[in-house]
Amino acid sequence: MGSLKIENVKKAFGPVEVLKGIDLEVTDGEFVVFVGPSGCGKSTLLRVIAGLEDSTSGRVLIDGEDVSVTPPAKRGIAMVFQTYALYPHLTVKNNMGLGLKQAGTPAAEIDRRIGIASSMLSLEPYLERRPAELSGGQRQRVAIGRAVVREPKLFLFDEPLSNLDAALRVNTRLEIAQLHRRLKATMIYVTHDQVEAMTLADKIVVLNAGKIEQIGGPMELYNSPANEFVAGFIGSPKMNFIDGARLGETAKTIGVRPEHLTVDPKSGAWKGTVVHAEHLGADTNLYLDCEKAGLITVRIFGVYDAEPGATLYATPDPAKTYRFGADGKVLK
Amino acid sequence: MSTATRSLPRTIGAHAILLTYTAIALFPVILVIMNSFKSRAGIFSEPLTPPTPKTFDLIGYTTVIGQGDFFHYFQNSLVVTVGSLFFVLLFGAMAAFALSEYRFRGNTLMGLYLALGIMIPIRLATVAILQLMVASGLVNTLTALILVYTAQGLPLAVFILSEFMKQVSDDLKNAGRIDGLSEYTIFFRLVLPLVRPSMATVAVFTMIPIWNDLWFPLILAPSEETKTVTLGAQLFLGQFVTNWNAILAALSLAILPVLILYVIFSRQLIRGITSGAVK
Repeated sequence: MGSLKIENVKKAFGPVEVLKGIDLEVTDGEFVVFVGPSGCGKSTLLRVIAGLEDSTSGRVLIDGEDVSVTPPAKRGIAMVFQTYALYPHLTVKNNMGLGLKQAGTPAAEIDRRIGIASSMLSLEPYLERRPAELSGGQRQRVAIGRAVVREPKLFLFDEPLSNLDAALRVNTRLEIAQLHRRLKATMIYVTHDQVEAMTLADKIVVLNAGKIEQIGGPMELYNSPANEFVAGFIGSPKMNFIDGARLGETAKTIGVRPEHLTVDPKSGAWKGTVVHAEHLGADTNLYLDCEKAGLITVRIFGVYDAEPGATLYATPDPAKTYRFGADGKVLK
Repeated sequence: MSTATRSLPRTIGAHAILLTYTAIALFPVILVIMNSFKSRAGIFSEPLTPPTPKTFDLIGYTTVIGQGDFFHYFQNSLVVTVGSLFFVLLFGAMAAFALSEYRFRGNTLMGLYLALGIMIPIRLATVAILQLMVASGLVNTLTALILVYTAQGLPLAVFILSEFMKQVSDDLKNAGRIDGLSEYTIFFRLVLPLVRPSMATVAVFTMIPIWNDLWFPLILAPSEETKTVTLGAQLFLGQFVTNWNAILAALSLAILPVLILYVIFSRQLIRGITSGAVK
């Protein structure tokens, strides 16, 4: 159980409007990721769902029940924070059990749930330690464990991987994905990292400047972005945007993803000079300064030898070229 | 310290400056303690030399212990200091928490208002305070002193503590809220332990002026029952004859309790002073 409905939620801090009317529906068991640049309101939206922040107007419904005025502890949610937010004076075990103890759960039941959660997250050897004696990755697992033991209707994650180093981030991401599969719980996850969003989500909500730009599955957003913002935000390296007038097109802007361009030393659509080449092994990113299209990025799979200064022709895949109107929306 | 910044002349120079400063700072204290162990003649003939077998005399201490109810004065000072300290820290921390944690109309103005007392000496209001105490029948009670000192200490406490409380992680407080902790539990169990070093800083800055104060005990509570140590030492200051042995002995004894309290707080204190700078 755990569905969420948000109806026209607005949030203003004084004169600054952070959320400008958000409507969203999350069904039971879904993994939804809020993604967007910093300051887009994604964390504020999560806080409104959690009840840590009151919305200025609009309603939040969990399992069909209006929780707009319910305190956070009574909403049936659990939250994992970016900075772990473990209680420094409590052991791992007590950190995980505090919420249940506050709710008056019998001790035997608390122990049982801590047992399950700690074996799921391989935290058993650390149960008697304090947070200060744990590494960053272990702390974040404790924070996740603290959420798991509460058996909430909704899991809320606020950029949980941002404080971890790159290798741990991939591991923990995997653990969260497995956790979701095992618990079949509804999870809402906030991140500014589109890779995390693409790898974890059933459904991605792209936010920008307090408004939802597009909602959809990872591939849906990748293949058919609704507008220029989503097209530029999803995918790495970023999509190339070329002024339509320079190419003699009617559309305001033409968008081509770096991976949908091919290069050839002899002939092609756009002639250009290699400015810089990034060799990543599995693929190569070339930066080309083209006469017609300006500076573009080309992603080639595998190794490609190109020295800066060399002349190359880039050709876009016409089936995977996007056309945007003056308002930024995709032209069909 | 890295070896690159270390050179012998520089080290000697730094130590020389610090040692000179220490000597200047400690000189009056050492002079008081030294002379408290000397006879009257010894104090006047050679005030700057340590006690020798010839001048050594415990007459000051025996006078203090024998004459006047000094143990009682100590008790009064301690009750007033610890009592005021407790209320300053409690109310100061609570006000600071409210100012740093909750958004409400007039938050900044309220913060300024509470900090205003730092700039206005409470002694300016002595007459009004005395009238107030007379009206409420609190003259010659320790309660009067505790109330005045609490008011005196609060502005600085609120000012310092609210700065430190702003640094406590929001996530931690929010985690507590999601786990169903009340705002009081969040304050007492999560936030207070984290700002302990700054509490110690405030405690030391609050404690010393209270312990050393002569003004308010003299005006508000001069009765035999409620005399504090500093006021009690006045007993030996006469218009024509001053018993220097007894005064110096009383002052030396008065240093002890603050010294003990200071040692208790000082380990926290250093962390409090440096915590903002080194992270």
